[in-house]
Amino acid sequence: MASAVSSTAKYYVRIDLFHRLVHGFLMASFLGLAATGLPIKFNQAAWATNLAHALGGFGTVIFFHQTFAIILSLCFLLHLGRILHAAFVKGDPGVLWGPNSMVPQPKDLLDMFWHFAWFFGLGPKPRFDRFTYWEKFDYWAVFWGMAIIGTSGYVMWFSGFFGRFIPGWMFNIALLIHSEEALLAVWFIFTIHFFNSHIRPEKFPMDLVIFTGRVSEAELHEERPLEYERLVAQDGLTAIATEPPPLWLRNFGRLIGFTVITIGFILFGLTLWAL
Amino acid sequence: MWIRKRVALVLASITLTLVRPAAAEDEITNEACLACHALEDLVGSDGRSLVVDAGAFSASTHGTLPCTTCHADATTVPHEEKPARIGIATCATCHSEVVATYEKSVHGEARTNGATDAATCASCHGSTHTVRQHSDMGSPVYPLNLPRTCGACHGDPELAKRHGIPVVNAYQLYLDSIHGRALTHSGLLVAANCSSCHGFHDIRPKKDAESKVSRLSVPATCGGCHAGVMEAYDNGVHGRAVKHGNLKAPVCIDCHTAHQIARVDTDPWKLRIIAECGTCHEESLKTYRDTFHGQVTALGFTPVARCSNCHGSHRVLPAADPESSIAPANLVATCQKCHPQAGPKFVLFSPHADHENPERNPGLYYAARLMTLLIVAVFIFFGIHTVLWLLRSLIEQRRLNGRR
Repeated sequence: MASAVSSTAKYYVRIDLFHRLVHGFLMASFLGLAATGLPIKFNQAAWATNLAHALGGFGTVIFFHQTFAIILSLCFLLHLGRILHAAFVKGDPGVLWGPNSMVPQPKDLLDMFWHFAWFFGLGPKPRFDRFTYWEKFDYWAVFWGMAIIGTSGYVMWFSGFFGRFIPGWMFNIALLIHSEEALLAVWFIFTIHFFNSHIRPEKFPMDLVIFTGRVSEAELHEERPLEYERLVAQDGLTAIATEPPPLWLRNFGRLIGFTVITIGFILFGLTLWAL
Repeated sequence: MWIRKRVALVLASITLTLVRPAAAEDEITNEACLACHALEDLVGSDGRSLVVDAGAFSASTHGTLPCTTCHADATTVPHEEKPARIGIATCATCHSEVVATYEKSVHGEARTNGATDAATCASCHGSTHTVRQHSDMGSPVYPLNLPRTCGACHGDPELAKRHGIPVVNAYQLYLDSIHGRALTHSGLLVAANCSSCHGFHDIRPKKDAESKVSRLSVPATCGGCHAGVMEAYDNGVHGRAVKHGNLKAPVCIDCHTAHQIARVDTDPWKLRIIAECGTCHEESLKTYRDTFHGQVTALGFTPVARCSNCHGSHRVLPAADPESSIAPANLVATCQKCHPQAGPKFVLFSPHADHENPERNPGLYYAARLMTLLIVAVFIFFGIHTVLWLLRSLIEQRRLNGRR
């Protein structure tokens, strides 16, 4: 095992540039959607009125909301297109099933069970593979969130068109689902996702991997032993070996990351205040 | 001795004797009076000037009358006794009907009850020597001057407090109103002034059913000018309710206010009316606030439907009335005012959907339940997950640190 570890490369690529960029656009548009959508949902709160007026009034709020919606929709479609392309054009079924796929595996259920056992000190920490069960939950929550919030949003945006096919009371439901699912998303991302990926003691104050794309060998070995062993066995580590992330990239990640976390916590606090 | 300047009196007597030696006692002419009362420094024992401006008097509407019409007790020249002060009773010798009306007005009653600062004839019409026709631009009761005349008292909060007048600054509010601006800025005679709504000699307080501004009289009073609006209002549910004596039904002033009547095309006005409708229609306001329309107006913006966009403003009719804008047959046309593509399916939208009412909005009700369940389930699970994980991680870290 030790022989497989390159003596010069201590870092490995975990997230490629495409996914980092998509995550960046997703993050920016999600914040934009939240900042322009939450005032409408919590319209009775003073901060909502002030924020909506500060942004430039209803016309501006709805314009930015729709613009960010289009950006996020493009992220969604681009991601979906790349998965389908990989699976059916490049012929790599691994994105749809197996350790490199985001699709939940039977092992994920067992992992979760043993993770809980570890919480109570009833066993060792489960040995995770490339994607853990909570990462998959985050992923699917966002995936279905986008599908549901997006669909209901477009139904309301183009109500004149959709009103030719669906009864008007569906617009009532669309607004309710749009706003409740969005609240779920905002709360989940700004609490659970932040904790799972950044705030928990092992990662505090943040995991820079989404910005640098790189993990150290120690990290990979400790957090994803199954992936590490698989890569060693398949001699795949050299292919993803890379330099340590340069300082500027880490600082860039910290700057963006702390900004997003701060905005996220402010928005989360405002929703609680308005309840 | 009531004239301090005896010299003046003596001089006047001499002049009079010289000028009018043959004047009979019962035929005192205005010239005889003016022989003294035109002298610039003629003052009474209380220091008040007793001078009459002969020019202004002859130009006044009373200019052709002999002085003795009002000063009937000034029977000798010079007078032996101080003639009585001119009062309401004096005016009544000619204007008996007007004075009788006045006596029953809020001002007249206040005066009877001892309020010496309540308006009398001269308070509004000016001094009897200079009084002019109300159609004369110089008259204090000329329509363009009247608000300032009334405002001399009704712009004084202290006076309002003393007399328990509910609106303490009616004059200031009026000046800011669409009526006040039309009058002061545009000089419009047709702009409503105080008397257009309150009357003049017969002014009554609003709690008096006889008053032109009592709740039930307001529509007719406003309708005096706004005939078209009154016609629409009278045929709507609110107008009909008022006709039946329902004091809770809204009248003009509930939405438009009594004095500070504003333009209706401003955002603050449009937004305030939603709350006004909601004072009675609480349930409808609550459910409206749950819709996109209601959310946007709550934020302070008005490019979305407000109550009146669907229900009308002056002529509000129930959905059961085939003429109503929200009657099933008219819904498409009503929604199309904002949503040109609206069709029969589109108008099945529920502008007052209640997510707590499974009978009225079953789809929405169950969707709301489902979403609540989803949110609660996710956060219970991940709340526990997160807390347990945090505790275990902290324990592990302490153990690792301890080992070091």
